[in-house]
Amino acid sequence: MSSRPELQAPPEIFYNDAEARKYTSSSRITEIQAKLSERALELLALPNDDMPRLLLDIGCGSGLSGETLSENGHHWIGLDISQSMLNVALEREVEGDLLLSDMGQGLGFRDGVIDGAISISAVQQWLCNADKSCHNPRLRLKAFFGSLYRCLARGARAVLQVYPENIAQRELILGFAMRAGFAGGVVVDFPHSSKSRKEYLVLTCGPPSISTAVPNGKGEDEESCSDDESSGDEENQTVSISDRHRPRKKQKIGKKGRGREWVLKKKEQMRRKGNVVPPDTKYTARKRKDRF
Amino acid sequence: MRLLTHNMLSCNIKGVTNGFPLRLEVEKFVEKEVEFNSDFLKNMFVKIEWKALVNAARSMGYEELPEEADSSMLDSDEFLKKFHHALLELHLEEGALICPETGRRFPVNKGIPNMLLHEDEV
Repeated sequence: MSSRPELQAPPEIFYNDAEARKYTSSSRITEIQAKLSERALELLALPNDDMPRLLLDIGCGSGLSGETLSENGHHWIGLDISQSMLNVALEREVEGDLLLSDMGQGLGFRDGVIDGAISISAVQQWLCNADKSCHNPRLRLKAFFGSLYRCLARGARAVLQVYPENIAQRELILGFAMRAGFAGGVVVDFPHSSKSRKEYLVLTCGPPSISTAVPNGKGEDEESCSDDESSGDEENQTVSISDRHRPRKKQKIGKKGRGREWVLKKKEQMRRKGNVVPPDTKYTARKRKDRF
Repeated sequence: MRLLTHNMLSCNIKGVTNGFPLRLEVEKFVEKEVEFNSDFLKNMFVKIEWKALVNAARSMGYEELPEEADSSMLDSDEFLKKFHHALLELHLEEGALICPETGRRFPVNKGIPNMLLHEDEV
C-alpha cells in the first residue's frame, strides 16, 4: 500500500473523523503545514503595505494553513470537501469562513474579487484521481483552473503547493493552468534534497510581464538544504531510480548512546504534544554508575 | 459564514448565468466582534455588491445600512462602523442559501455552507 493518501480513498472518505483529528494533532504535520503556508504566502508576493487582503485557501482542511494567514492579518475563505476536517476547524475556532465544496466542480465566486489564493498539498492529490464514475481528472482540472482564474483579481497570484507523482502529472497540471490563462511556473525549494524538496506552482492572473517572473526556489545554489538536513543528499545530485527502493538507513547509535541533546529534543517534542514530561535537570540523560 | 463571503459567493451550477446574489434563508445568526480596520474596508468597498449586502443584512434584522453608497461616504467613520458590522460581524449560523435562478437550496450548518453539487449539476 502506498503512503500517498490520494491512492487509498477519495478525500471525503479518507479524512473521516478519526483521520482528521489525527492529522491536526500531529505536531509534525502542524509544523510542516505552518512552514509550507508561510512560504506560500511569501511567494504570493502581496504588496508590502500591511493591508489585509481577502485570500482563498483551497483545501483548507482543519485550517492549519489558514492560521498562518490570520497571523499575518489577512481575511480568508477556506474550502474543503471533507466535513470531518471542517468540523475540526470549527472546534479550533479558525478566523476564516469555511465552505464545504469540491474544487473539481469549480469555485463559485464572483469575478475578480479574490486578492490571492494558496493551496497546500491539495490540488494534485485530489484533482488528478478519478474517484467516482463521473470524475474525469481533465475536466476537473479545467473547471478548477478556469473558475480560479475568473475569481482572482487581475495581477493576483495563486500559489499551489503540490507533490507531483511524476513529470507527466506535473505537466498535466501546468498545462491546464496555462490553458486557463495563467502565467507562471514551478518553483522548487531544495531541489537536490529528496526529503525537503517542495514544489510550488506560482500562477499569475493575466498576461506574462515582468511582475509575473517566477521567483527563485530556496536552496538552489550553494545555500544549505536545511538545518537538520545531512549533506549526503547534496553530494550525489543524480538519484537513480533503484535508489528509491533501498531500505531506509537506520539511525546509527554510537558507543556513547544518544546523548543529552537528543534526549532534550525528544522531551521538548513530547511537551509540545501535551504529554507530562519530567523537568530538565542536571541529571537528565546522565549515565548510571557502573556498579560492576 | 460572514456576509463578506456571502457577497463573494455565486451559484456555479452548469448553465446558470446569473447565480448572484444567493438568497439568504436565516434560521439562526450570531454576532462576533472583529477588529476594525478601515483600510481593509476601503479596499473591499469597490468589490462589494452594495445592494446584495444591504439585502443580506436586512434579512438578519440589521437595517442601518443606507440604500445607496458611493466611495465619498468612506470618509465618515459612522458609515465605516456600520459597514464593518454588516460585512464582518454578522454570521449566518443555520439556514440556507438559495440560487436565484434555479431555486436550488444550499444548506448552511454550523456556519458552513454546503456548496457540493450533484453529479448532474456539474
